[in-house]
Amino acid sequence: MLRFFLNKLLLIVPTLIGITIVAFAFVRLLPGDPILLLAGERGVTPERYQKLLMQFGFDRPIWEQYFQYVLGLLQGDFGISISTKREVISEFLARFPATVELSFFAIIFATVVGIPAGIISAVKRGSTVDQTVMGLALTGYSMPIFWWGLLLIIFFSGMLHWTPVSGRIDLLYFFPSVTGFMTVDALLSGQKGAFGSAMSHLTLPAIVLGTIPLAVIARQTRSAMLEVLGEDYVRTARAKGLSSLRVVGLHALRNALIPVITTIGLQVGVLMAGAILTETIFSWPGIGKWMIDSISRRDYPVVQGGLVLVSIIVMMVNLFVDVLYGLINPRIRHQ
Amino acid sequence: MRLMTSLLAATALVSALSGAAYAKTLVYCSEGSPEGFDPAPYTAGTTFDASGRTIYNRLTEFEHGKTSVVPGLAESWDISEDGLEYTFHLRPGVKFQTTDFFTPTRDMNADDVIFSFTRQGDETSPWYQYTPGISWEYYNGMSMPDLIKEMVKVDDLTVKFVLNRPEAPMIANLAMDFASIMSKEYADKLEAEGKMELLNQQPVGTGPYTFVAYQQDAVIRYKANPDYWAGKQAIDDLVFAITTDAAVRRQKLEAGECHIMPYPAPADVEALKGNSNLVVGEKEGLNVGYLAYNTQQAPFDKAEVRTALNMAIDKQAIIDAVFQGSGQIAKNPIPPTMWSYNDAVEDDAYDPEAAKAMLAEAGVADLSMKIWAMPVQRPYNPNARRMAELMQADLAKIGVTVEIVSYEWGEYLDRSKASDRDGAVLLGWTGDNGDPDNFLAVLLGCDGIGGSNRAQWCDPEFEDLIQKAKVVSDPAERTALYEAAQVEFKKEAPWLTIAHSKVFMPMSTKVKGFVMDPLGYHRFDDVDIEE
Repeated sequence: MLRFFLNKLLLIVPTLIGITIVAFAFVRLLPGDPILLLAGERGVTPERYQKLLMQFGFDRPIWEQYFQYVLGLLQGDFGISISTKREVISEFLARFPATVELSFFAIIFATVVGIPAGIISAVKRGSTVDQTVMGLALTGYSMPIFWWGLLLIIFFSGMLHWTPVSGRIDLLYFFPSVTGFMTVDALLSGQKGAFGSAMSHLTLPAIVLGTIPLAVIARQTRSAMLEVLGEDYVRTARAKGLSSLRVVGLHALRNALIPVITTIGLQVGVLMAGAILTETIFSWPGIGKWMIDSISRRDYPVVQGGLVLVSIIVMMVNLFVDVLYGLINPRIRHQ
Repeated sequence: MRLMTSLLAATALVSALSGAAYAKTLVYCSEGSPEGFDPAPYTAGTTFDASGRTIYNRLTEFEHGKTSVVPGLAESWDISEDGLEYTFHLRPGVKFQTTDFFTPTRDMNADDVIFSFTRQGDETSPWYQYTPGISWEYYNGMSMPDLIKEMVKVDDLTVKFVLNRPEAPMIANLAMDFASIMSKEYADKLEAEGKMELLNQQPVGTGPYTFVAYQQDAVIRYKANPDYWAGKQAIDDLVFAITTDAAVRRQKLEAGECHIMPYPAPADVEALKGNSNLVVGEKEGLNVGYLAYNTQQAPFDKAEVRTALNMAIDKQAIIDAVFQGSGQIAKNPIPPTMWSYNDAVEDDAYDPEAAKAMLAEAGVADLSMKIWAMPVQRPYNPNARRMAELMQADLAKIGVTVEIVSYEWGEYLDRSKASDRDGAVLLGWTGDNGDPDNFLAVLLGCDGIGGSNRAQWCDPEFEDLIQKAKVVSDPAERTALYEAAQVEFKKEAPWLTIAHSKVFMPMSTKVKGFVMDPLGYHRFDDVDIEE
């Protein structure tokens, strides 16, 4: 087990190096001189151009720039935002809880709805229910997030007035941030209605962000369940006269869940990608929106640093899932 | 313990809030996050709305809804005969804002004014690099380092700026956001505490609203400054709810989650106008989109050839197809909201037949030329490629063959400066300080050849007019000079003036007194809201 863990950990190193190269090259490969682009129609005098070149470090050879960059990363220096002039890492940390909170509720939604939907589909295989669930899953998986988000806003917020349009909490509530998680801070604040407001603000974005993982989880549960339901021990359980609920819910589900858990873990990457769009639509102040804003501002250090930080997080979660998989799967556990 | 303190603070805030339950609150769905709260290092309008126009004042101010300049923190000023000395008489009794993090002990004075500028120009000042990577874009961009020779404190309420050369637009420059007056007392306090970066995060100014809190990318809260020298504002709380997507801003406005929003999607404007709970403000943006010929290359060196080409292009069709209602035809190189705009100038009529005849008369036959189309969207040109195609079709009708070329944006900006450039270039400009000099001298002055003067045009008569207007300080005299310059421009036609964008501002009918700003600011001074 320890060897399994160490192997996975070692694999991260080359991936990390690859990511730093990609993040570094990405900014350099973008067409155009970043200084000229920043100056726009206004232009820049040759003296000022030289000064900015030195300030950004673009005057040094490319390998030296990369070396400096990696050295900085190792010391936790992810650069300084061109637009806000603040450290990328502190900007990241300030917004990270918002994304975690949104992703957490999205994955809860996806799991709570996706697993039962997959089970029902598998049990009623080939029925109208199965076809409907799988049809919806395919639709959910193929739906453009941006369109889906706006559709929900127009319907639930614009027409029915059930949910707020965007933001994390009603503007009426105003309390200092303790944990960065709005739902927790709302509870801590003790303000009446604050928690409810935070939850109602979370509803639509969590549904939108959770839609693709929901579809994936439902499909994965269905296929894992189908496989397990055909196994001998399930037939034995049925033969013993156990109730259908007990056979499916206990004997079959326990084994079917192993690949599903991995799938859920792997959705973190999907959530990060989805967060970029979801946060933009719902004005959710997380890292997805932050990175999109930085791209439009051509704030390269943020795009570069954000990319590396997000990649590290996705890798860590994947590592965690691998370990978890190892722990719950006896075949790996006993190796 | 920390949790306990936070809880106590939260409880205190709740009680404060419930006490102010009937406070008048205006919610503005702003389009983006401010880069910081010190306006001087930045160039984005979003930042200026959230800092310069709410929290701060300047020596001079732009008149509400106009591009003209009125007294601000300076009650009055004298300009010496030679135009080299500007003496500002400061308004007495102006208080800096009292906040949770700073309580001023003295009124605004000459030290504050001098500090506000030296921090941007004096490389030895500890404030010159008070956070890493900071640079003073507008201070440099408006040539302040070359312009200001020295600043002298005459007495507590008098400051003298000595210039290296006469520059009439100086008064307008001082109304720009980079010239916001900061509290030296607050800066000294931060410096002593070793927390200089807070100047950019916890701002203190003399403006109409006091900064309360900023939740990154989400909400900025202000309250009316009770000590504001021009009187306390009618609204008690001002909230910027940051909402980057235009479709979502619209939903929030319609759902009553905010009272006013900028930059609606052009396709939404009609629907918003149809909503009886809303009104949609409308104004021309402070910009111009143009096609600049290279006037140094034959046959475009002849004014009659340029005019003939201008007459062959159907500008109304461009406005309809490219701007879709969010633009209007430009006849002058400056927008109509700018002072000295010469409305008497007549635009060249769209007349392909006459254009053809003019070209023949000039001895030009089988002309082929290039039109450069920008690869990016700009308010003054939302789709340059489409625009170039329309021009191509129009010019084909008079026998001119057009090849459309484009480059990556940085390259485009750089290459289009060259005086031996082949072809006419589509570009535009958005004004900084509402002064005509900022358009006419920058874009068409002889100094700009090989740089921002994309037409490579140097007309002695035009140059003489704009140079004179730079040194005289009497506004009436300057207006007359700029009006004459626009006539000369039209006669010589170095550009095809295409369009000025139109800006829309949908707001609740409850919002009273909001004035659309020609400089593109979103200002909330003197705004009220009906309960």
